[in-house]
Amino acid sequence: MSEDSQVKVAIVGSGLIGTDLMYKLLEEPGHMELAMVAGIEPESEGLKRARDEGIEATAEGIQPVLDDPEIKIVFEATSAKAHMQNAPQYEEAGKIAIDLTPAAQGPYVVPTANLTEHLDEDNVNLMTCGAQATTPMAYAVSRVTPVRYAEMVSTIASLSAGPGTRQNIDEFTFTTSRGLEEIGGAEEGKAIIILNPADPPLIMRNTVYVIPEDDEVDEDEITNSAEEIVSDVQKAVPGYQLKNGPTFDKRDTPWGEKPVIMMFLEVEGAGHFLPKYSGNLDIMTAAARQVGEGFARHLLGIEEVVA
Amino acid sequence: MTEAKTEAKQKVRVTDTSLRDGSHAMSHKFTREQVRDVAQALDEAGVPVIECNHGDGLSGSSIQYGFSRVPEMDLISEAVGVCEQAKIAALLLPGIGTVEQLKEAVERGTEVLRIATHCTEADISQEHFQMAKEMDLEAVGFLMMAHMRGPEILVEQAQLMESYGADCVYIVDSAGAMLPKDAKERVEAMKEALDCQVGFHAHDNLGVGVGNSLAAVEAGVDQLDGSLRGLGAGAGNAPTELLAAVLDKMGLETGLDVFKLMDAAEYTIAPIMPFDPMPDRDSIAIGYAGVYSTFLLHAKREAERYDLDVREIMMELGRREAVAGQEDWVIDVAMDVAKEKGAV
Repeated sequence: MSEDSQVKVAIVGSGLIGTDLMYKLLEEPGHMELAMVAGIEPESEGLKRARDEGIEATAEGIQPVLDDPEIKIVFEATSAKAHMQNAPQYEEAGKIAIDLTPAAQGPYVVPTANLTEHLDEDNVNLMTCGAQATTPMAYAVSRVTPVRYAEMVSTIASLSAGPGTRQNIDEFTFTTSRGLEEIGGAEEGKAIIILNPADPPLIMRNTVYVIPEDDEVDEDEITNSAEEIVSDVQKAVPGYQLKNGPTFDKRDTPWGEKPVIMMFLEVEGAGHFLPKYSGNLDIMTAAARQVGEGFARHLLGIEEVVA
Repeated sequence: MTEAKTEAKQKVRVTDTSLRDGSHAMSHKFTREQVRDVAQALDEAGVPVIECNHGDGLSGSSIQYGFSRVPEMDLISEAVGVCEQAKIAALLLPGIGTVEQLKEAVERGTEVLRIATHCTEADISQEHFQMAKEMDLEAVGFLMMAHMRGPEILVEQAQLMESYGADCVYIVDSAGAMLPKDAKERVEAMKEALDCQVGFHAHDNLGVGVGNSLAAVEAGVDQLDGSLRGLGAGAGNAPTELLAAVLDKMGLETGLDVFKLMDAAEYTIAPIMPFDPMPDRDSIAIGYAGVYSTFLLHAKREAERYDLDVREIMMELGRREAVAGQEDWVIDVAMDVAKEKGAV
């Protein structure tokens, strides 16, 4: 296989997320060739836009995707419920599923922290937008010092929270907390999400608080690690910024008075299809593209994973 | 209020939230003994509903809001254990607490669930209302920061909660930013549009907590919140003992024992209060800027850390349209203001 070979991929789901991902794959295909966009509404805006871009668009659900043996990677941008039904069929058809829903059928993946660990899986899950935004920062701390507890607070613009998020807001809390533990490396994770209707809409904000095991930590080492992770994430999400911190303070905690590391992030979207304030949606599609690229290179036998 | 209603003698149910909203003023450090003493005094004074859990609702114990000294589930059990007639209520903010904690609170004896969202985001509460109704709880909706939207939008949002099964929906003046006319027009619109009950929750940041509650009564409100000595976030709530006295003088039925509540405020709450919540400089700034009352102690801490005036932080939070639960922005804003001043 040569450097310029490509793997055929498909997007299932022609809503906001699927459409934004389509533009990302068109703009920066890497080792992926977007072969198909599948939906269920023939008149949907997403399918129309796919056709306009010259991409095969089907309204017949996943069957055409399953029937095309050339398609090796499927991005699931539907709902958790749909993915639960679809996942076994992808597996049977020998396709790798990159799941953007909270279905969590496969291991959690955050490109900056653990992508290379799961390239032999046939199903990986991207958790939540909040987890994509904050688990790398918890990881930035846990890779230099053990972490007792990590907590994140996401504030997103009301307009960027769709009905799926709103009807299952507990799902965000559960999955993101687990992400802070599994990816962020914290013994215990906690997640909070707040919707803010300010007009004009606010750009996604995330706060990450970390309590280390040790009462003395090397502040410079943590700061350097955090800054390094931020620039890693920025490669895929240029609008990812550490606005304030890391700052170090002390708090009364269930484990006595402990140091707390605080990081204040802003995530501005690239504005490919979704408005720039919805960094929460952008970071999901950017992560999906990055993970897809990792799998494509792995399939092609290209060793180095660069997204 | 119509003549007919006056003659029928309006009933107002008062919920005491000293053990929930008061958790903010106590920096979430209530002890088991304090909770038992307060709950027992309220129960004996005829208070029908006592809210007891972390100030930011179930699962609020966090770095963001402050950790509970005693796990809130244990405090709920303590309150349940001493009450003979009062029902115990818990607050839940979707996005912070989940149905998991809701189930545990019910196992501990919670009978009333109050579900709070920002006043434009009622549709994140559906799964929690449904669970509450499945578990046979009384379910109350809380539209927080209700000064930020007018009656029409509040009615739409309240109707969503009603459609999910709410038995009552509250207008919550979380910022203590309303004037009596604001409270009145909101409650009036809700009373007109809803079949379920309507409540009002006051904060005294502008010194009109009781006045706003009375304006809500005039508009026909069914439920009011109070806390002993006003122990609550910011300048505190409408004091329960004061509501009891005033509502009684108005000839309204509350079932509350005025003297016993005065004693509870004097002998049970006053001695454990770390400070007297009142419309002082910083709390007035909260009402004036229209920001969440619980920002008070967080902003004081950051103001001290960066040598700032609390009011600068509050005004900037107001400009950024911060909503309930955004305590992290207090720190972020303080750092921004300090940077601008070249202090960091």
